[in-house]
Amino acid sequence: MTDLADLTVTGAAAGLRAGEFSSVDLLEAVHRRAAMTEANLHAYLSIDRDGAARAAVGADSAFKSNTDLGLLQGIPVALKDNMVTRGLETTCSSKILAGYLPPYDGTAVSRLREGGAVIFGKTNLDEFAMGSSTENSAYGPSRNPWDPERVPGGSSGGSAAAVAAGSALVGFGSDTGGSIRQPAALCGIVGMKPTYGLVSRYGLIAFASSLDQIGPLTRTVEDSVAALEVVGGYDPADSTSYPGDVPDYRAGLESGVAGLRVGVVSELNGEGIDPEVQAGVDQCIAGLEQAGASIVELSLPSIEYALSAYYLIAPAECSANLARFDGVRYGLRRRGETVEEMMSTTRADGFGPEVIRRILLGTYALSAGYYDAFYGQAQRVRTLIIQDFQAAYEQADVLVSPTSPTTAFQLGDRTQDPLSMYLSDVCTIPSNMSGDPAISVPIGLDGAGLPIGFQVMAPALGEPLMFRVAAEVERQAGFEARATHATSEVVT
Amino acid sequence: MAYYYHCRLMPVDIDIGKVARLARLALSEDELNRYRQQCEVVLEHAARVQALPTDGVTGTSHPLPRTNAFRDDIVTECLDREEVLAQAPERDGDYFLVPRILDEQ
Amino acid sequence: MTYEPVIGIETHVELTTESKMFCGCAVGFGAPPNTNVCPVCLGLPGALPVVNGRAVEFAMAIGLALNCSIAHQSVFSRKNYFYPDMPKNYQISQYDEPLCIGGYLDVQTGSETRRIGITRVHMEEDTGKSIHVGEGGRISAASHSLIDFNRAGVPLMEVVSEPDIRSAEEARAFVAELRGAVLRLGVSDAKLEEGSMRFDANVSLRPKGTEPFGTKVEVKNMNSLRSLQRALEHEIDRQAALLEAGDSVLQETRHWDEAAGTTLGMRSKEEAFDYRYFPEPDLVPVEVDDAWRDRVGEAIPELPAQARARYLEMGLDPTAAGLISRDVAFGAVFEDAVAAGGVSQTVANWLTGEVTALLRRSETPLASSPIDGAALAELSGMVDAGRLSASAAKDVLAGVVAGEGNPAEVARARDLVQVSDIAALEPIIDEVLAGNEEAVGKLRRGDDKVIGFLIGQVMRASGGKADPAVVRGIIKDRVS
Ligand SMILES: [Zn+2]
Repeated sequence: MTDLADLTVTGAAAGLRAGEFSSVDLLEAVHRRAAMTEANLHAYLSIDRDGAARAAVGADSAFKSNTDLGLLQGIPVALKDNMVTRGLETTCSSKILAGYLPPYDGTAVSRLREGGAVIFGKTNLDEFAMGSSTENSAYGPSRNPWDPERVPGGSSGGSAAAVAAGSALVGFGSDTGGSIRQPAALCGIVGMKPTYGLVSRYGLIAFASSLDQIGPLTRTVEDSVAALEVVGGYDPADSTSYPGDVPDYRAGLESGVAGLRVGVVSELNGEGIDPEVQAGVDQCIAGLEQAGASIVELSLPSIEYALSAYYLIAPAECSANLARFDGVRYGLRRRGETVEEMMSTTRADGFGPEVIRRILLGTYALSAGYYDAFYGQAQRVRTLIIQDFQAAYEQADVLVSPTSPTTAFQLGDRTQDPLSMYLSDVCTIPSNMSGDPAISVPIGLDGAGLPIGFQVMAPALGEPLMFRVAAEVERQAGFEARATHATSEVVT
Repeated sequence: MAYYYHCRLMPVDIDIGKVARLARLALSEDELNRYRQQCEVVLEHAARVQALPTDGVTGTSHPLPRTNAFRDDIVTECLDREEVLAQAPERDGDYFLVPRILDEQ
Repeated sequence: MTYEPVIGIETHVELTTESKMFCGCAVGFGAPPNTNVCPVCLGLPGALPVVNGRAVEFAMAIGLALNCSIAHQSVFSRKNYFYPDMPKNYQISQYDEPLCIGGYLDVQTGSETRRIGITRVHMEEDTGKSIHVGEGGRISAASHSLIDFNRAGVPLMEVVSEPDIRSAEEARAFVAELRGAVLRLGVSDAKLEEGSMRFDANVSLRPKGTEPFGTKVEVKNMNSLRSLQRALEHEIDRQAALLEAGDSVLQETRHWDEAAGTTLGMRSKEEAFDYRYFPEPDLVPVEVDDAWRDRVGEAIPELPAQARARYLEMGLDPTAAGLISRDVAFGAVFEDAVAAGGVSQTVANWLTGEVTALLRRSETPLASSPIDGAALAELSGMVDAGRLSASAAKDVLAGVVAGEGNPAEVARARDLVQVSDIAALEPIIDEVLAGNEEAVGKLRRGDDKVIGFLIGQVMRASGGKADPAVVRGIIKDRVS
């Protein structure tokens, strides 16, 4: 029999409803898996034993009384540790928030609780979601379940590793420049960034407010839909929340791609992409064509500037968002004679080097005399990128590319060179700049046995179309492989 | 498309000490030097945005075009003071305590 | 050389909405420390602001009252600086796209009215409060500070004037007029002593008759109209003395020290002013269409300047018209009294003179005192009918304020009703005339001046209750 920890959300939801096993059984399986994998992977910063047990018991009694709160009822869920959880330590992988117990739940977390989900634990990330490898964690790096010598990607590397390894059935992360999709690609799972505003940011500890979105990391496209259905939708507590009705994500899952126009973005394919990755992506594109899609070669000239603009906008917003960590109301405090000294030493000690680097960059980009050349210009470039996307969606229904230029890289490979790390996100950043949805689907392994991710991008609120194409990619790829290298025992 | 990240386009000279003071980061001279170099490299590449003509283009600060997201003027429940102050690094009774403040803003 | 002061004023007004600018915490003075707080106004990680729609309408009402145009689209920005009582270490404020732009306020000093330009009115949030512990509560000598975040996030509106003000007295009149407008609109309690209305002034001097501005100094920490005027008078003198001596004025911020009656320079670092404004990504633009603007505009009550013009037309002198138009409660009582038949100038004189003095002495606000329009109209009627002398009317007012009853009751109880009944007065007058033959003789010979003396004698003999006009008539009758 399959280990319950290897089930999809959809499969587990069916089993729970058929009474084949209980939520408590499922939780136990996930505990067993975590016990095997955590020493190698370090996906979690904390596991909420008591809370999860209570939630599982609650879900089981709900099933017994025929209360059905949705597909995540009774399902063990991993939360990136930048999602605020009441009374549950929330650190953002930073020393500056060590021991911080938030007095409230974020909106996505509340919706998960209301939907009967079992919050299993808080996962590791690059400090304040700044990074692409989960190495920038004050509590040590996470590792890739396909090869523990390699990074799981980042910044949602903990959630990606947990879902890939079976220490959660579904994970949630945040995506500012690719932080859900890139680790999903590197860990061989599905990761999606919804349209900006579709999932409330209330209770997501902000990195770059105009780019951040919460999204799910799952084993299948259908699970991605199930997870988005629970957390998505209008929230009056987030002024940037989309106030309309959410689209019907499931509508096209089985429809195939016949008649759809699939745009291949020349700037995101080919040059700079690892040949093995590109070969996998090309094969997938050919499969879509065979399934009846028409393939359109497209150019979005301004997205060559997306990475540059991103490294002005994101640090600028982060420099203000992280100003509140000052040792006054919560978190770390270092001694100081004056309040200024206290704040300055607290912040210098509490933040890691990547966070400090970005705060400095953003402070500079906003400072008098430089604003217009840097931040102001980046915002105008952002407009051009959005216009290029709009023009592209005149010619194509969805756009495709590799998710990451490479498969998982070795730990330590890119930590000394910030620019090479930043390049990990070159294919994912454009969708954050435009606010459009995008998903990464695993399509196979490279020669080293590492997963390759395929990215499908769609216009704002085009999730149904995006899921429809992603489902076809998933069917064609037939990617069933499970990451088992990191477990001390091989589980089948 | 990665080619341009490996050439320095325009020299950027950061007064890193001033930037660090603005950001309230107490860094040593060594750290300041290291961060200055790293930030300059990133900024020189980020400065590439200046090559794109943007005359007459309005900047985007929100990817979702929305206006007038208002709240009704209704009082809602506040946090429990003890729960809030329990997180304070230092407190005195019902107040947060901080070291002396030198300048008034 | 004669110098001309050039003054601009920035005024912060706390709005009296129910809840804060960006969260549902209650707005209110005097709550126990750190009780009106939530994730948003405490700047907890993950919390997001949402604009209080009513605060926007309040700010719009002020803008319209100040004759501003309302921006079709306005935007919130982050103003970045570190301060321990500012939870996010940035203040959400409006910067390059404020809600209200380009208006004016007509300000009266003495009999002169001048039009002071309004640059802008914008919305922002207040900070928390720091209590400095140590030597005398002064910031410089404190050992540490305690912070209460109840005030953090209270809606604030900033009114920025053009540098059109030309004297300390005019600055005071400007703030008084603005305060009157805000009170009339009912959008703030504008209490200077509680800090719900605060102001800073930019002051520079230039040789009279020249155009270019001199170096400006920002003067802070004035918490009454009187201290504003004193501080500016002092600062104008200080700058004039510097210029007279051939020195230059340093561009700086100076603190008004009320006790010492002087302004003091503050140490400041050059980068302290790099606020790194950028559009607040957590908030979306505010869009005001004509219909919304007109709806807010139609709800605006009569403003002090309009009331003043009306009072002048009613025949009030400019001082009384100015004083009454600026105060909502005084205006209401005045209007009620006149509507009930009171003589306008008489009522106005009582309000601005005796009533103001009595209320100040008893520390009662007009609204909660027994003085109302009906009482003043009744009193005015009694004086008019000759039943009360002008000085007796003041005694009656004191009685009314003291809660002794309505004017008629007080006048009766204090035995102040004038005697104008001829039959009652004749015996007293005859007695006085008999006792002052010399004066009566003079009067007979045509020396009219002595009649005043004789009336005074009658008044004294009647215990002040005789109606002098009636007395005068009877004396003339008797002597002719
Ligand atoms: Zn609040």
